[in-house]
Amino acid sequence: MRINCPVCGERDRREFYYKGAAVALERPAPDAGEAAWDAYVHLRENPAGETRELWYHESGCNGWLVVTRNTVSHEISGVALASEARS
Amino acid sequence: MRVEGKGLIDRGQEVAFQFDGARYRGFKGDTLASALLANDVRLMGRSFKYHRPRGVLTAGSEEPNALVTVGSGAAQEPNVRATVQEIYPGLSATSQNRWPSLGVDLMGVNDLVSPFLGAGFYYKTFMWPKSFWEKLYEPVIRRAAGLGALSGENNADRYERAFAFCDLLVIGAGPAGLMAALEAGRAGADVVLADEDSQMGGRLLGEVEEIDGKPGHVWAAEIIAELEAMENVRLMTRTTVTGAYDQGTFGALERVGHHKKRRGDALPLECFWRIVAKQSVLAAGSLERPVAFRNNDRPGIMTAGAVRAYLNRWGVSAGRRVTVFCNNDDGHRTVRDMLAAGVHVAALIDSRHDAETVPGVRMFKGAMVSDAGGRTGLEHVTIRSVGGEDRIQTDCLAMSGGWNPIVHLTCHMNGRPTWRESIQSFVPSPDAVPGMHVAGACNGAFSTTACLREGVEAAKRALEAIGVKAADVALPAAEDGAYRIAPLWAVPGKGRAWLDFQNDVTVKDVKQAALENFRSVEHMKRYTTQGMATDQGKNSNVAALAVLADVTGRAIPETGTTTFRPPYSPVSIAAMGAGAQGKGFAPQRFTTSHAASVEMGAPMIEAGLWYRPSYFPRAGENTWRESCDREVGMVREAVGVCDVSTLGKIDIQGADAAKFLDFVYCNMFSTLKVGRTRYGLMLREDGHVMDDGTTARLGENHFLMTTTTAAAGEVMRHLEFVHQGLCPELDVAFVSVTEQWAQFAVAGPQSRALLDGLLDAPLKDEDWPFMACGPVALGGIAARLFRISFSGEHAYELAVASRYGDSLFRELVKRAEEMGGGAYGMEALNVLRVEKGFITHAEIHGRTTAFDIGMGRMVSAKKDCIGKTMSERPGLCVPGREQLVGLKPVGEVKQVTAGAHLFCAEDAPERENDQGYVTSVAYSPTMGRMMGMGFLKNGSERHGEKIKMVDHLRGIECICEVTGPVVFDPEGGRVRG
Amino acid sequence: MVELVAKTPCAGLLPVSVGDLRLEECEMLPMSVIMPYAGKAEAVGTALQKAHGLALPSVNKAEIDGETSVLWFGQGQFLLRGAAPDAGLSDLAAVTEQSDAWAVVRLSGAKAVDVLARLVPVDMRLSAFPEKSTVRTDLMHMMASITRLGHDSFQIMVFRSMAQTLVHDLKGAMEAVGARG
Repeated sequence: MRINCPVCGERDRREFYYKGAAVALERPAPDAGEAAWDAYVHLRENPAGETRELWYHESGCNGWLVVTRNTVSHEISGVALASEARS
Repeated sequence: MRVEGKGLIDRGQEVAFQFDGARYRGFKGDTLASALLANDVRLMGRSFKYHRPRGVLTAGSEEPNALVTVGSGAAQEPNVRATVQEIYPGLSATSQNRWPSLGVDLMGVNDLVSPFLGAGFYYKTFMWPKSFWEKLYEPVIRRAAGLGALSGENNADRYERAFAFCDLLVIGAGPAGLMAALEAGRAGADVVLADEDSQMGGRLLGEVEEIDGKPGHVWAAEIIAELEAMENVRLMTRTTVTGAYDQGTFGALERVGHHKKRRGDALPLECFWRIVAKQSVLAAGSLERPVAFRNNDRPGIMTAGAVRAYLNRWGVSAGRRVTVFCNNDDGHRTVRDMLAAGVHVAALIDSRHDAETVPGVRMFKGAMVSDAGGRTGLEHVTIRSVGGEDRIQTDCLAMSGGWNPIVHLTCHMNGRPTWRESIQSFVPSPDAVPGMHVAGACNGAFSTTACLREGVEAAKRALEAIGVKAADVALPAAEDGAYRIAPLWAVPGKGRAWLDFQNDVTVKDVKQAALENFRSVEHMKRYTTQGMATDQGKNSNVAALAVLADVTGRAIPETGTTTFRPPYSPVSIAAMGAGAQGKGFAPQRFTTSHAASVEMGAPMIEAGLWYRPSYFPRAGENTWRESCDREVGMVREAVGVCDVSTLGKIDIQGADAAKFLDFVYCNMFSTLKVGRTRYGLMLREDGHVMDDGTTARLGENHFLMTTTTAAAGEVMRHLEFVHQGLCPELDVAFVSVTEQWAQFAVAGPQSRALLDGLLDAPLKDEDWPFMACGPVALGGIAARLFRISFSGEHAYELAVASRYGDSLFRELVKRAEEMGGGAYGMEALNVLRVEKGFITHAEIHGRTTAFDIGMGRMVSAKKDCIGKTMSERPGLCVPGREQLVGLKPVGEVKQVTAGAHLFCAEDAPERENDQGYVTSVAYSPTMGRMMGMGFLKNGSERHGEKIKMVDHLRGIECICEVTGPVVFDPEGGRVRG
Repeated sequence: MVELVAKTPCAGLLPVSVGDLRLEECEMLPMSVIMPYAGKAEAVGTALQKAHGLALPSVNKAEIDGETSVLWFGQGQFLLRGAAPDAGLSDLAAVTEQSDAWAVVRLSGAKAVDVLARLVPVDMRLSAFPEKSTVRTDLMHMMASITRLGHDSFQIMVFRSMAQTLVHDLKGAMEAVGARG
């Protein structure tokens, strides 16, 4: 598996650390309420298809990345810096 | 039998080798299989289950029968395919799975009782009594059935791994692969051409067909020479591409040393390559399949293409009276080549009534071979035709049931092959692997001309995809014969007809599976074990599928295929894990005091990747406890020195540094004064504790954070995530400085005196209260000093640039020893902190909250922080949660053990009565007793209560009094004094 | 007054030679990581040029002038080696002392690139990795910085504590490459 780091270029997956769904970027306000926090911390989709997930280029540039990846075909359709990917 | 004037072997170079102790001679260029056949050795192994005598079936890596063990002792290599092993002077191979010898195998009795040993036999038979399976049945079955054995010794051979990158990876160097590489090479692309054989050329080496008026192998040699001269082309022989993976990554096994006699110590035996290719051309060729008929596994029965290859490439006739049995025209070539070489061909049996007549041989059309005789070597075959049965004396039967394209790699990423009626086989589905273009025989194109053309076309498609302009490559002239085949999978009749030679699966077994309703091909495979041997059913998958389709009354494409998975051919674990044996598994991290600690006799223990001293034994001390107790005493009464460099240190700077720390720590850091240090607690977003440590404010916008040794990497990742992912607008920058500084704890009542004698200027009381920090100097060298303590004593941590670490540690220890102290290790460090009730990751193990460890009030109400919202969930801060307590043994038994559980004194020690558990224990020399830390339901309210500690594993029960976590100096006077 | 003795990260481990392949420890020179504050990258570049005669390198590149070099060292990170950082830089960037944090070795020889191919999952061939290229990558599970100094010469850095593993892994790969001839 290879990830095209927006900073360093295409690199082998062993340089990266996996975190999970990119939902982690959408931190609710402290007073957003239980449901919002529950969703943020605990609820995750498990799609057969496209998913947005976080990878950390730990052995490379230290960049946190949002990788759009298809869990069926393993195709990676987009990689963006987490610092720029927040909606 | 060697045939004069044939073959590509070097007859000028004789090679002596041994098989089962007997001495033989072959030539350079021979494989073990070809050299044995040249010496008229047909019996090469015993089958897996029935111990049937077996000879070589094929001439390539798909060989299921001729598996041998090469070498002996630690270097012994089992299950080597004789068709792949090149001979070298001194090669010594032995046969496998037989006792006492290959000719007389007592386990051959399995074959006589075979009516009882069919598919499903083990499942049905060895079911009771239940305990017998593990103790009796399985060991006995395993001993009787099997492959070669390992030596049991440590293998000293070197294996290697490597990475390669290219524009285009061409897999297979037959006519299609060579043309693809030539096209891409001439176009200037960066090409890797990999081929599993010792010599490139593929089928061209085993055939007599000409290309451009030259023998195929001569043409191939010319192309290879041109490719070799190109700087942009890398040729990799003896390299099997074993798997296709995501984003253009391929695995490939290179056999580096297997064909060499004396391997230098440094030369690897194998190299496992990870090849990254922008595009790939699969030109893997095809494999010939046998026909199933009664006793079709007799030594001397081979595939027709193999018989031809042994003749044309190795100058060996596999027999003196050869018979050919086929359902397609390709088998006729074997007749032609054998006759041309002067070998007697006894008969040609073609199952097709309308087969073309082949001159010069007795031909049976519309006939089949229905049986074969000769136990350890073929003696005769029975031919069944309309006219009845004939028996023909023969010592070699060349059979061809057609050719199967090698579709394997195209299936590694979930692709399913497509049935093609005209060749009665599966071909790759388009775009099964992104960027892979399939060409030649593996694409179902069987004529040489088609292979050459498809090779060029595939390369051009690949070049276009990467934007490289194609070069002009003229297509050479070659044969363009049509491939005609009529399906023939199994000859009807009684007896056992083999499909899967390696796993001893017969037509009957597949029928039995269908009868018992294992009709799905995946079920049939698992029920019969067809295709589950190390050859993954390369010779048998399609035929077994056809038989299953037949008995279940379905068409073949409807019946489906099994899944091909990597690796294409076996890869040793040693090659895949190359470099990771022993200490290569992970890097070792050494502190600057390592050498000095080892010199002092300290046993080093692993702490993550780090090595830290356990204790420093002195003369007269016989156990670790004696040393540890003494070291604890040193710290409590004089001064101790301990290397704490392994703790993570993160330098944090920027206008928003304080704001950032307020967000990642649950307590406040923006209020910390410059020159002071504060204990901080970090939460995960789910409200549980992540890590703790002290952070010093070195300047208005400059902090130095410490993490625990274990969580240093995790905290760094976390900080980066919080900054980049949650608050990129903050102007803060951080970097690890763990390795920059060698840091030593100097702890104990004499610590101040020690430092005053060491530092360039003595410390002033008013400047250095508890938790102060700042720059100091020693010997003119800048250093950092922190008045912090993990022992509860008046203590400091002194940091210097790492280059001085070794020197400073020795100096500190020397001075401490002069003051009645000395170095202390991890054991003493642990005792000191348990006495003080300080937590480590034994306590903050991922399920505890700030509330649980008695730090609930540290979560600042004045600000948001990571984990704050969720830490306020009622369930995480209610009485009744398990809270940190101290445990003091008060009954007869004085032993407290980590991992033990806590119960109310009157309750039975069962799960439903569980009250908590013990996390840390130590013997406190200060208090003269064992002490424990643990979590107890509502623990902070239960001090003074007697509780029962039960260690079910060790069988220990101990009555403890519940106390506060701090055992020693609870007021903390010593640390401030 | 106490006299502390300095020890280099690879003391006692290097040099090592296998055929024409040579691995040696680089001289300990001042090193610091420079991380420009928000919006200050350009100013840092100017200051760096003025004080040290080197520009701020682009991603995966190194600026080298004799003993002084600036390596791209990660997102928003640069490593200045061979000179103590100009004091003025601290106003524009987080400047952190790193002189002792890294083991710095030099691998040279015609087949140095083959040695690295056994340890590093990055294409290090001249065509893909010309002189003055640099990467942050993984070398046998160690975070590494690798820079091509010349045609056949590479600077390799890993954390100081891992110097022994670095030498072990490089030596093994050198021997294996050497044995292939």
